[in-house]
Amino acid sequence: MSIFVNKDTKLLVQGITGREGQFHTQQCIEYGTTVVAGVTPGKGGQKMDEVPVFNGVAEAKAATGANCSMIFVPPPFAGDAILEAVDAGMELIVTITEGIPVMDMMRVKNALRDKPCRLIGPNCPGIITPGECKIGIMPGPIHKPGGPIGVVSRSGTLTYEVVHQLTGKGIGQTTCIGIGGDPVNGTNFIDCLAAFERDPDTMGIVMVGEIGGNAEEEAATFIRENLTKPVVGFIAGLTAPPGRRMGHAGAIISGKSGTAQGKIEAMEAAGIKICRNLGTLGETCAEVFN
Amino acid sequence: MKIHEYQAKELFKKYGIPVPEGRVAFTVEEAKAVAESLGGYPVVVKAQIHAGGRGKGGGVQLARSLDEVATHAGNILGMTLVTHQTGPGGREVKKLLVEQGLNIEKELYLSILPDRGTAGIVIMASEAGGMDIEQVAEDTPEKIIKVFVDPLTGISPFHIRKVAFGLNMAPAVQKSFSKMLMNLYRFLVDRDASMVEINPLVITTEQEVIALDAKVNFDDSALFRHKDIMEYRDLEEEDPLEVEASKYNLNYINLDGNVGNMVNGAGLAMATMDIIKLAGAEPANFLDVGGGANEEMVENGFRIILSDKNVKGILINIFGGILRCDVLAQGVVNAAQKTGINVPVVVRMEGTNVEKGRQILADSGLNLISAVDLKEAAKKVAQIVA
Repeated sequence: MSIFVNKDTKLLVQGITGREGQFHTQQCIEYGTTVVAGVTPGKGGQKMDEVPVFNGVAEAKAATGANCSMIFVPPPFAGDAILEAVDAGMELIVTITEGIPVMDMMRVKNALRDKPCRLIGPNCPGIITPGECKIGIMPGPIHKPGGPIGVVSRSGTLTYEVVHQLTGKGIGQTTCIGIGGDPVNGTNFIDCLAAFERDPDTMGIVMVGEIGGNAEEEAATFIRENLTKPVVGFIAGLTAPPGRRMGHAGAIISGKSGTAQGKIEAMEAAGIKICRNLGTLGETCAEVFN
Repeated sequence: MKIHEYQAKELFKKYGIPVPEGRVAFTVEEAKAVAESLGGYPVVVKAQIHAGGRGKGGGVQLARSLDEVATHAGNILGMTLVTHQTGPGGREVKKLLVEQGLNIEKELYLSILPDRGTAGIVIMASEAGGMDIEQVAEDTPEKIIKVFVDPLTGISPFHIRKVAFGLNMAPAVQKSFSKMLMNLYRFLVDRDASMVEINPLVITTEQEVIALDAKVNFDDSALFRHKDIMEYRDLEEEDPLEVEASKYNLNYINLDGNVGNMVNGAGLAMATMDIIKLAGAEPANFLDVGGGANEEMVENGFRIILSDKNVKGILINIFGGILRCDVLAQGVVNAAQKTGINVPVVVRMEGTNVEKGRQILADSGLNLISAVDLKEAAKKVAQIVA
């Protein structure tokens, strides 16, 4: 089992003919993901390798039965691309694009309310169910199929580091999700934690947060009240100065809120095992999960 | 992106948000000319730097005559202003805003910004104007009114009534307040501001509503559609190394420590800074070369770290995904050959093409220290600078 994506996921790629879109589509296909269509307005009728390209998402869905979209569209047009995917009835939309204006994402987020559609990202590495389906830009080989651990993170390469250490300790993953580093995103920690709790094959969860906002604090409360499975946490940014945006648009300490220390305290109070040293995360997980 | 108060007020004027009469001045002579054009005293001379708390630091002075304008302008221009937001080093003042003094009856606090939690626009207001709002929020949260606006439907008169009645606003000023707040909302959304703060917003004895101060930040991701606002960027307010890094699309932040570091990915870069600290040293910077970095970006990142005179050792931590380890290695070798490495460099690489990357570094003849994992890398670099 897994959450959100599996071997039956039929993927469509918006922005498939761009440099990044093309490269990562090839990588996903190589990993075993079923890519059924691509969308680039004006390039309908062409093919990217063997994948048919369409002018619009609705048309592509009708022709191929795609149920999930991965978006590589450049930031100025990405908000529109997400809305198009929602309109076409995509069940899952994974937005990789970094740098979408906050105002655009706020409109998208409000337009998504009450729609039967899940958005992951933006500004995220994507989602992978190891051995079954990779939707995103993460390196496939570092993952170990078969579970029993779920990983959810706001970061990209930091997630790879975590997964690499898990795999190094012989601990496999059910699903790994990057929820993205932007201030306004779709799926949040709580959505993923709840799904992992329901997934019978997931036995424990690694949650990777960072400075900025209060998503980790809210997740901590949720974990205390709802989760039976053990959670190991890591928070990046203990040394980050206040008021500075640390790479991710959402990674900023505003006044006294959003600090790593505050998040760590909230999570520890909720019974989450916090690993403070990234170098020893694999060991901590081995102790907690075995 | 931050802009100056005088720039924010120029934008306010365009959007029909009332501000005091005034203009920017770069010299004492200019300050005097502006003061004379305002048609009466007192006038206010305000230091223009990208930091709050200017008044407490002596950067805001009231002048009752032309002579006083000259005195204050002379004192403030060139002074190093230290406030709680500048850090201990302070900021040199190079510009002034000279504007008319007002007859203030009441000072209010007003801000408007996108709220990440609710994905709505939040308007915050308080009768405790002119004070540090973070302190007010902590001590007396009941004195802050928050009104949330759905960005899809936009601002409606009832939102404004909530704010106005919450502020106990007299009926005589409600109409102009309402117009001002409508315009402020339009400004925020039109121009992709990430924060607009007016502290204080004043009501004058003539019952006018005027933005006495103006602090505006913009969403960097939206600047591509606001070329005119990009013109407002003031490079003198930024760290020179950060300006240099921004030319190459590198996310670089200069810090006080002595361990330089280069990492791909923002989260991993923060975690690398943290592990340097845990190992007993202090990071000299944050540098995320990004997932899609090429050789040139790596080379420039490395050069920028090396040009920080505080750096006594460097830790390179790359988890190759999109950025392949061989590309990173070649960039480091290029930079080292061009600029020379004068401090020890510890390299930890993992992921895509790691063997090729290690080979490039080994063949380069450079004196690099390799580490098998992050823990060892941090330990080694901390020992070097100890």
